[in-house]
Amino acid sequence: MSNGYRTLMREGMWTNNVVFSQMLALCPLLAVTGTATNGLGMGLASTFVMVLSGFSVALFRNIITPEVRIPVFVLIIATLVTLVDMGMNAWLHDLHKVLGLFIPLIVTNCAILGRAESYASRNSVISSTFDGLMMGLGFTFALVTLGVVREIIGSGTLFANASLLLGDVFSFLELTLIQDYKGFLLMILPPGGFLALGFLLAGKRLLDRRIEDLSTATSSASLETNAVTN
Amino acid sequence: MTEESTPGYKNNVSYQALLLGGFALLSAVLLIFGNVSTKDVIQKMLLEDTRKSVNHVIPGNIHDNNLLEDKISIKYKNQEIMVYRAKLKNTVSAVAFQVSGQGYGGRILLILGVKADGNILGVRVLSHAETPGLGDKIEANRDPWIYSFNGLSLENTPMSDWAVKKDGGRFDQFSGATITPRAVVNAIKSGLLFFRENRDTLIKEDTAGKPATSKGKHKQSPAGEVS
Repeated sequence: MSNGYRTLMREGMWTNNVVFSQMLALCPLLAVTGTATNGLGMGLASTFVMVLSGFSVALFRNIITPEVRIPVFVLIIATLVTLVDMGMNAWLHDLHKVLGLFIPLIVTNCAILGRAESYASRNSVISSTFDGLMMGLGFTFALVTLGVVREIIGSGTLFANASLLLGDVFSFLELTLIQDYKGFLLMILPPGGFLALGFLLAGKRLLDRRIEDLSTATSSASLETNAVTN
Repeated sequence: MTEESTPGYKNNVSYQALLLGGFALLSAVLLIFGNVSTKDVIQKMLLEDTRKSVNHVIPGNIHDNNLLEDKISIKYKNQEIMVYRAKLKNTVSAVAFQVSGQGYGGRILLILGVKADGNILGVRVLSHAETPGLGDKIEANRDPWIYSFNGLSLENTPMSDWAVKKDGGRFDQFSGATITPRAVVNAIKSGLLFFRENRDTLIKEDTAGKPATSKGKHKQSPAGEVS
């Protein structure tokens, strides 16, 4: 059982990451990651929706027939997103001014519908909720990583306006890394998002191959030692 | 999935219809609940936004009334413009209203504070979608450019000066961005023209909060009208 959750966790965060492996949800990804804070806010909002949609789709999975499943899933997700939008506008108003434009985009985030279809509709409530959480955190991880890269290169700051999102306690996160930096406009504009994402994807592939090489090298090395000792 | 074990009634069209309808009903109930519980807070937040922006362009020491409650709506060039009036001892000392211009990345929304004598008290950008690093110098916290309008009026600045330097006016453009400051200058100019044309309506005193009989061609709405 715990092994299953560990697999879900590894899949969500790395091997089956929404962005880095499934290549889904690129539209909101590129749109909001001009700063790390915006990425974090969007990621947390999406995670919230993913957890709830995993939970509710799994809850109703036995009464939903395959013929009408897509409209029902869309209805569930759209309702959740609208609720998050209203709640955010009321209680996180300053952040809503920044992210408000992108919240409705979560509805069209194929990652959420994709998880509802491929995981939550055929697994138990608890593991679907957990899967939603892990997929959401993986998405948040991707958003924040891309946001950090673009913000540092583009504006020379890190987590600007984080206190708007997390409260004044977290204002220590707001760093100006490069003093009197004129900024590198390209990285803040959409093309910079594509460039940074491309390099991140290449980096992940490289890392994966390294790990693979390393594991095959150790296994072949152990085979050789076996052969020698035999 | 487990298609063989699906009971027969699930393949019935009316089951499918009821299922979809049921979920639609459930969603509607949830959304109504959400709307009811957030509506008032959102309204309060939006009012707070307006208050903050009005306070930016009208200093506190020139009025003793509640700016947000003393507002009139005026029709100008097919647009309803909401004007907030600052009063000191029941005399209008200044007004604030929104103007907009077409920038490089879309609409630029500004709030303009004008003293009763027609001089600009202050201008602030409320929202814009200009290029970061180039056009966003119109924001007060990025560049002091927007302060260059303070104290100007149509009377002390000739009409031909209301343009960026490239167009023969007196206002700086930014290197790499001319469209943005041009849009802002034009929006402010049209705001001042609006003020001049409606000056009588705007600064007219009204007794005990009731609108005086309208003299000008523009109909005056009672204060506090829903925008």
